[in-house]
Amino acid sequence: MSIEHRDDTGARFGMWLFLYTEVILFSGLFLLYAMALAKFPNDFSNASHRLNIYFGTVNTLVLLTSSLSIAMAVTALQRGRTKLTLILCGTTVFLGIVFLINKYFEWSAEIGHGIYPGSHHLAEQAPGVAAFFNLYFFTLGLHGLHVVIGGTLITVVAIMTAKGKVTSERYTLLENTALYWHLVDLIWIFLFPLYYLIL
Amino acid sequence: MSETNSSYSGFWQQGQRRGILGWLLSTDHKRIGIMYLCCVTTMFIVGACLGLALRLELIAPGPTVMSAQTYNATFTVHGVIMIFLFIIPSIPASFGNLLMPIMIGARDVSFPKVNLISWYCYIIGAVLAILSIFTGTGAPDTGWTFYVPFSTQTTTNIDLAVMAAFMLGFSSILTGLNFLTTIHRLRAKGMTWGRLPLFVWTLYATAWVQVLATPMIGITLLLIVFERVFGAGLFDAARGGDPILYQHMFWIYSHPAVYIMILPGMGVISEVIPVFARKPLFGYWAMALSSLAIAFAGSLVWGHHMFASGMSDMAILIFSFLTFIVAIPSAIKVFNWVSTLYKGSIQLAPPMLYALSFIFLFSIGGLGGLVLGAAASDIHLTDTMFVVGHFHYVMFGGTGFAFFAALHYWLPKFFGRMYNHKRAVIAWALMFVGFNFTYMPMQVLGVMGMPRRYYDYLPQFTTLNQVSTVGSWVMALGLLVMFVNLWKGIRSGTPVGPNPWGGATLEWQIPSPPPIENFGEEDPVVTHGPYDFKGVVADEY
Ligand code: HEM
Ligand SMILES: [Cu+2]
Repeated sequence: MSIEHRDDTGARFGMWLFLYTEVILFSGLFLLYAMALAKFPNDFSNASHRLNIYFGTVNTLVLLTSSLSIAMAVTALQRGRTKLTLILCGTTVFLGIVFLINKYFEWSAEIGHGIYPGSHHLAEQAPGVAAFFNLYFFTLGLHGLHVVIGGTLITVVAIMTAKGKVTSERYTLLENTALYWHLVDLIWIFLFPLYYLIL
Repeated sequence: MSETNSSYSGFWQQGQRRGILGWLLSTDHKRIGIMYLCCVTTMFIVGACLGLALRLELIAPGPTVMSAQTYNATFTVHGVIMIFLFIIPSIPASFGNLLMPIMIGARDVSFPKVNLISWYCYIIGAVLAILSIFTGTGAPDTGWTFYVPFSTQTTTNIDLAVMAAFMLGFSSILTGLNFLTTIHRLRAKGMTWGRLPLFVWTLYATAWVQVLATPMIGITLLLIVFERVFGAGLFDAARGGDPILYQHMFWIYSHPAVYIMILPGMGVISEVIPVFARKPLFGYWAMALSSLAIAFAGSLVWGHHMFASGMSDMAILIFSFLTFIVAIPSAIKVFNWVSTLYKGSIQLAPPMLYALSFIFLFSIGGLGGLVLGAAASDIHLTDTMFVVGHFHYVMFGGTGFAFFAALHYWLPKFFGRMYNHKRAVIAWALMFVGFNFTYMPMQVLGVMGMPRRYYDYLPQFTTLNQVSTVGSWVMALGLLVMFVNLWKGIRSGTPVGPNPWGGATLEWQIPSPPPIENFGEEDPVVTHGPYDFKGVVADEY
């Protein structure tokens, strides 16, 4: 008796709203960053120089490429090329994992130097340095969590595509998931210069 | 549909699954609405008992029934429950879910599964909040605002309480997102923006606030956990952080949140008043747009909570000015309700009594808000009992009474039975009188200088505190009579037809209780406005 409810435009509308809430979530952290930077410009630049820019650069490249591959996955699905879609989804998830592994090594090195939230080493540093690293770990940690969530979503949608539940006629789910992944990428595009480059 | 007339029970009966799973896994907006209704009502009762305990402690100076620490924990848990578990979800999540899709002529919300997830987020939040009282090293004692530095240092169970609030925020965001999409996409044919019932308009404005503001509290709460677990010190002045920044981030959400609380209440009142004055609502577009104006202007005024915490004079001036601006759309609403009543043939049925007392109590609370919005008087009144009186007038006298109005107005629709009117009026009278005796003395005490969140006070405050405590008993009696009456009505009241009040909005054109897909096979086509009472007659019951 139930009539099928389907509204692709509505689904996209809802997704954009949700992405907006994610932006606001991170905006609180940008606010904190701005305030701390205004208060401790020198400490911030000192601390920033202690980050390893190579890790950050590699991760930027990895994430940008993954955004490309997921965008291509959507187009491939629209053209009905399921197999290619699956390969491109797989590539995206793989790149997401590379991002996380890279992050793991970066953080291990920093933790090895005694730099982590609440460490004695940080407590002895100038207040701005501690603020920088606390924000760094919190913000990038939250971003990393979003990478995990995004990767999981893509995996689930890929499985649904393989099972024929997401097809060239009903691709909104993949499209929305891709939008989410683009957001994760977009936020990184802001985090990378703020923490690694401009100071 | 095969039911005969005598055994008809609408969405209560139909459904894919039987029994309890038919509820817990249901994506029907009406079932989810009923589940919310049960939960928020339960939380209200728990919170009210804590409030009564607070009042009991304040019946005499000195320790009376609890220790100072218990008092701190009690007002914190009372506040957390009332704010996050009762008043924010109360009307939008329960009555919004029950009614909004029907009112716009849709079969369900845009994302029924997300709707159910949102309910589960609410449940997780509720469970965490309750666990935080009993586990760890004691119930949270920071007040519902979780102000730093105390919230990052106290050894009580803040983490769980904060995570509870986080989950509840998530639930609120999902509901808002769902409502926005539904109102944009699923209106029936002929349901133009100019024919939306005002309750839907207020839900629409509320949903924007939910979506835009709630993530801010989310990140703020996560930061508290981060501070507590890692000792990061982002809000700790000694370590380069800034405690005032916490207050900004908290109120950037929490001030707009008071509009999440009050706007849907105003929507309910805008539905009830025209029906019982038998007149179209005065100034439809002014009412619709003032909801958006309140939501917009209300997002700019958070600073008025911090006049005393250290702000530049310029900032104080600006926030004070903006606060006064919000009063304009609120006043438009009050004046339009009054204009609707003018020369109406007013019928004092129970929902109407609650609606009228809403106008009265909300006006007192709102004017008190102006007193607090003016920096000079605020410096004197900040953190006194006046603030407690003010926000109870607005939240309880406002939204709480609107919630009761909604219960009395729409329960017959969803249960198909009517409660006893005489008892409803008695309950209302007890509550209205008790309410004013409870909270008016608090405002006076505040002006006299009694601080809030203190469990002891100077002897000169004794009489008014006693009046207030006795008032709270009268109010509690009223609440008891009301809930018993409603419960009995639901179980065994007189059956009612589709339209017991003579309303003109869509929900009154379908059977009581509504069938599962609301309108059967044919989607409705709307041909007239929501307050066009020509030819609408109330059913006998
Ligand atoms: C039976 C009804 C109620 C009674 C007797 C009551 C009483 C009280 C009392 C005595 C306080 C403590 C004030 C202080 O120490 O400063 C308080 C605080 C509070 N109440 Fe109520 N209240 C009731 C209902 C409500 C409702 C319906 C709401 C909201 C919808 C509410 C929200 C709050 C909040 C947010 C606080 C502040 C807690 C804090 O200071 O952290 N109360 N209430
Ligand atoms: Cu405010």
